[in-house]
Amino acid sequence: MDKTLSPIQRRLIDVCQHNFPIEPDPYSTLATKLGCDEATVIDAFKDLKAKGYLARIGATYATGRIGASTLAAMEVPEADIEKVAQKLGRFTEINHNYEREDKLNLWFVVTAADQPTLTRTIRDIEIVTSLKVHRMPMVEHYRLDLGFALQWN
Amino acid sequence: MNIPDDLPELDGIDQALIRATQTGLPISSTPYSDIGLGLGLSPDVVEQRIQRMLDVGIIRRIGIIPNHYKLGYQANGMSVWDIEDQLVDQVGEQIGALDFVSHCYRRPRHLPEWPFNLFAMVHGTSRDVVEAHVAEIRDLLGDAARDHRILYSRRILKKTGLRWHKGGERKCCD
Repeated sequence: MDKTLSPIQRRLIDVCQHNFPIEPDPYSTLATKLGCDEATVIDAFKDLKAKGYLARIGATYATGRIGASTLAAMEVPEADIEKVAQKLGRFTEINHNYEREDKLNLWFVVTAADQPTLTRTIRDIEIVTSLKVHRMPMVEHYRLDLGFALQWN
Repeated sequence: MNIPDDLPELDGIDQALIRATQTGLPISSTPYSDIGLGLGLSPDVVEQRIQRMLDVGIIRRIGIIPNHYKLGYQANGMSVWDIEDQLVDQVGEQIGALDFVSHCYRRPRHLPEWPFNLFAMVHGTSRDVVEAHVAEIRDLLGDAARDHRILYSRRILKKTGLRWHKGGERKCCD
């Protein structure tokens, strides 16, 4: 674990993964909670952001609530991974793309305005890559992306 | 946990707010007021709308999105499990309650090559840590888990947050 983070920064990461205050001066509220002043909190966040520890502070939107989406997986010959990834990179409908260690080695999320568009997009991906796309949509969720407890030591 | 079917429509103000905040809230003294200024909305309206989207589940959470990789969580294991259909809901709730699991979803099998119907994302500072967590899940499940596998990520080829472009084309991330 990185030792360059201040104790305040670690606590902010721990307490702010959800329930970021929705009130006029949220950073001041957090400061009160942590026993410091607002400027310290704002500076701590700006520093986290500048150093790349913080992607953003903001909302995580529920997939399936806006538009249609699915996780998808492909079996790509090892030598073609780069080429296929490049082709997929041109689809604005694909927003997460991971290479994973498995026979099914390319995993990505496809999103579209509605189900017919999603189906069409997946067919387009199959045409462009000449590979089968396995659709793995969420059937049920037991834990949504709510962050997770970090171990600092 | 079921997703209600009767979701309220998002109107133009909601959509404008989503677009304005998709890259994050400003790190300033009054972030909601600052967003409102750009959209011609009062801070109250901005806060009420965001609260409402949170209440109805359009927004899952508001908080920081850390860069886990940079924070030392270099191992990201997608554990996949073959669980009997009758047991999968119960098992899913059990796994979802573990604090090292960030996502836990049921997904369709693709037989014969893909028997796995339950996915749990496990994060750790090393593969050893991820494997210890997965062993913990395996012990918890006992015979309910017929088979399992860990798919480690080798590379992130593309990762972006929600992108919602003008013109009604809606995209979001998972």
